[in-house]
Amino acid sequence: MIKVQGLYKSFGELDVLKGIDYEVKEKEVICVIGPSGSGKSTFLRCINLLEDITAGDVFIDGVKVNDPKTDINEIRKDVGMVFQQFNLFPHMKVLDNITISPRKIRKMNPGEAEKLAHQLLKKVGLGDKANSYPEQLSGGQMQRVAIARALAMQPKVMLFDEPTSALDPEMVKEVLDVMKQLAVEGMTMVVVTHEMGFAREMGDRVLFMDQGIIVEEGTPAQVFNEPKNERTKAFLSKVL
Amino acid sequence: MDFLDFRLDMIWNYRELFIRGIGITLALTAVGYLGGFVLGLFVGMGKLSKKKWIYYPSKYYVDFFRGTPLLVQILLIHLALIPGIFGHSLGYFVSGALALVLNSAAYNAEIIRAGIQSIEKGQMEAARSLGMTQNVAMKNIILPQAFRRMVPPLGNELIALLKDSSLVTVIAANDLLYAGKVVAGASFRFWEPYLTVAILYLCLTFVFGKIISYVENRFSNSYVPTQRKKMFSSRR
Ligand SMILES: Nc1ncnc2c1ncn2[C@@H]1O[C@H](COP(=O)(O)OP(=O)(O)OP(=O)(O)O)[C@@H](O)[C@H]1O
Ligand SMILES: [Mg+2]
Repeated sequence: MIKVQGLYKSFGELDVLKGIDYEVKEKEVICVIGPSGSGKSTFLRCINLLEDITAGDVFIDGVKVNDPKTDINEIRKDVGMVFQQFNLFPHMKVLDNITISPRKIRKMNPGEAEKLAHQLLKKVGLGDKANSYPEQLSGGQMQRVAIARALAMQPKVMLFDEPTSALDPEMVKEVLDVMKQLAVEGMTMVVVTHEMGFAREMGDRVLFMDQGIIVEEGTPAQVFNEPKNERTKAFLSKVL
Repeated sequence: MDFLDFRLDMIWNYRELFIRGIGITLALTAVGYLGGFVLGLFVGMGKLSKKKWIYYPSKYYVDFFRGTPLLVQILLIHLALIPGIFGHSLGYFVSGALALVLNSAAYNAEIIRAGIQSIEKGQMEAARSLGMTQNVAMKNIILPQAFRRMVPPLGNELIALLKDSSLVTVIAANDLLYAGKVVAGASFRFWEPYLTVAILYLCLTFVFGKIISYVENRFSNSYVPTQRKKMFSSRR
């Protein structure tokens, strides 16, 4: 589904990703953990080309994302992304936040798009918030709308960049529950997270990144219970 | 002193001249502002472009029109540019309006650029991650938010333009200031016509100021319609 080969990324002098090779299979839930500044967000953002790639290749469904001939907008239709800061559109109602892309990009007719939006809102537990504006919602509600908005494009993959890190503790669960439900339904997901409980429970694979490389990779049981690398051990001893 | 026998009747006799002057001043301001806004939108976005052949012309345009006096621009356009292209003058209104459009576009471009840049990077990223093209995202996500932040400086720009439009008097445009000049020339009195002109400009800027603060109120607070401050609501 997603294939990353020899991915390098630098910001000017700063080398952030130093050779990442990885393959995400369909319906897998991949959790990415690691210390701050290790390049987790950058890795995720290179997948849908929010950052341009310095060297290496990314393929999604066999299509080379960083090929100049590839229309990146076509790729992004199929790759949903959820951000730490939600990034809802504050000038639009919740309903319009969700329907704008299906209408403008998928050319869905408005009635159909609204029906889809209402279904998705119900799914994330916000059936009554269609006509609210983002500023009227709590953080947890905003993030659930952001998930619904991404799902409205009917993506094949969802990328999550620390979706619960900006939330008050009591709102983390409502967002994680929505993500769990998605995972159970078979969505392919790459989740950067500090929620070790989620990674352990829902992850098919866990990646530990440090200083721009994947230091360790395995099932949650392998990575959390029998870490092999010293850096993994040191990180886990701090966060667990 | 002349001031002591202020002759209001004289102004009254020339009222049609002043009223027409107000009309011309308002028309020049309106054309200059609307044209300057549309052109400024393109130039402002041009200054944000990564493409050099769009960025540099936009930048030089702004630098030229902000770096030279409007009076010089008016004369250049009226006496050199338009006759150079058409072989003859197209009248003061075309020259004056064109100068005001080109000039205010440069100032508006900077306001618009700053407004667009003030929108959090995450908004564009979220839009693009949903598959929107740069243009669709700019039109539907960035500009609607940026316009709200541009309202106060664009309002100042309108008032400034209204006053600056008086410079077209130099090419004998029949604007409000020119009316004063004509009356002064005919009567050899200066207090009455120029003070009248000043007061009329003051009235115009006052009315414009009121309109602007209404628009600012309407746009500067909540996105939620029911939570917006009402300007004329009765107090609880
Ligand atoms: N646009 C940018 N320009 C310059 N440097 C950047 C940019 N984005 C990220 N970096 C740098 O790249 C490094 C990796 O950043 P990244 O955001 O990928 O880390 P992260 O693992 O997601 O960290 P965190 O857990 O804090 O989110 C950091 O040193 C960061 O300062
Ligand atoms: Mg990050």
